Amino acid sequence: MMTNPTGRLTQGQFSFLPDLTDAEIALQIEYGLKKGYAWAVEYTDDPHPRNTYWEMFGMPMFDLNDAAGVMLELKSCRDTFPTHYIRLVAFDSTRGVETIAMSFIVNRPPVEPGFGLVRQETNGRTMRYTIRGYEAERAEGERYRK
Amino acid sequence: MAMYNIPGSVTTPVPGATPAKAGEVVEQGDGVRTARTVAEVMAQSQAGDVLDELDRELVGLAPVKARIRDIAALLVIDRLRMNQGLQAQTPSLHMSFTGNPGTGKTTVALRMAQILHRLGYIRKGHLVAVTRDDLVGQYVGHTAPKTREVLKKAMGGVLFIDEAYYLYRPDNERDYGQEAIEILMQVMENNRDDLVVILAGYGDRMETFFQSNPGMRSRIAHHLEFPDFAEGELLRIAEMMLEQQNYRFGPGARETFQEYIAHRIRQPQFANARSVRNALDRARLRQASRLFANPDKELTVDDLSTIESPDIRASRVFDLGAAATPNN
Repeated sequence: MMTNPTGRLTQGQFSFLPDLTDAEIALQIEYGLKKGYAWAVEYTDDPHPRNTYWEMFGMPMFDLNDAAGVMLELKSCRDTFPTHYIRLVAFDSTRGVETIAMSFIVNRPPVEPGFGLVRQETNGRTMRYTIRGYEAERAEGERYRK
Repeated sequence: MAMYNIPGSVTTPVPGATPAKAGEVVEQGDGVRTARTVAEVMAQSQAGDVLDELDRELVGLAPVKARIRDIAALLVIDRLRMNQGLQAQTPSLHMSFTGNPGTGKTTVALRMAQILHRLGYIRKGHLVAVTRDDLVGQYVGHTAPKTREVLKKAMGGVLFIDEAYYLYRPDNERDYGQEAIEILMQVMENNRDDLVVILAGYGDRMETFFQSNPGMRSRIAHHLEFPDFAEGELLRIAEMMLEQQNYRFGPGARETFQEYIAHRIRQPQFANARSVRNALDRARLRQASRLFANPDKELTVDDLSTIESPDIRASRVFDLGAAATPNN
């Protein structure tokens, strides 16, 4: 994308920053827990800046007191999907809010080839533009393999 | 490598994550001098208060208190070692509490969570109390997520498994309890810094449990034996319970209760402090109906808070006790 020439997927919080370390991730989780959010781990291998529908790994985690529990779940997700995109989402269950309050990527494939621009010719000389991930050409489950 | 630091990620390092080099004086971020004496650590952590509270509010249990003091001492010394830049390997603090019913296993576990939190061994200091039902699932594939969920909730605190011997059912080899035990052992080993597991149960049954799960026994560093209370201790427990609820013994009632304990202790299904609590609850019931029977009387604070001797004397235990010893 033009605003992000590196090809990295940018979505949610902190995605323009260098990858967070585990200690930094734990601090963010800790912040969310203090706010009373419920964390969940989600993964996908079909990235798009606007694809918000990822698969959830396990159950959302309610009633946690410490970041170690979420980190445990994140570790098992990383073991299962080492080259997928993984993100943590925090659900705020406050009445009237009831939505995702935080979301950030915590695992990326080793190589992110980025997104290509697709041009579509329509009426007259009008052009329509969209983007498409290079890896999305391959079948689900075979993307981001070395 | 990192281009810039994320705010908050540098100012609050995880405690113990970056031990100082040997001999180096470490200043803490807020300018507090690093503790060099036991007293300083105790003052900073307020663990001493909890230990004193334990002494004051828990009657008896001398061996248990001694062991808790040992553990607290080790943690304080470890803290001092870390401040001096010496290696301080986090000790394994998983425990098993064995003892007869009503000897204070749950109460001590709750205190243990506070003490370990004050000493900085666990991060949050909450206690998650579970039994077999909370860990073991109903069908294939149900147990692992269920156990993991409980473990995740307990992270940063203490996981207290009451009547832990029910986890293992030798009569059914396809019982899912074994699966829960395996997950439990794995987390006890790998996440030693994140949570402390306390297994509790009656002595003889826990013994069989450990015999059939030797891995479990070796992963538990502290086996605490809870002794039965003596009669005098039970009386003091009763007085403290009454005090907490704003009651007190009337004239002669203390002696009557002493007599009651002497009878009750010899009867089957005696559950130490729990029996005392139940006896007091029944005495309160009788006191209430005694006051209730006299609707026109103006009741003073004294009337409302005094347990009289007859309130206790009315107990069935005295009849049974008399029947058992004909010369009484």
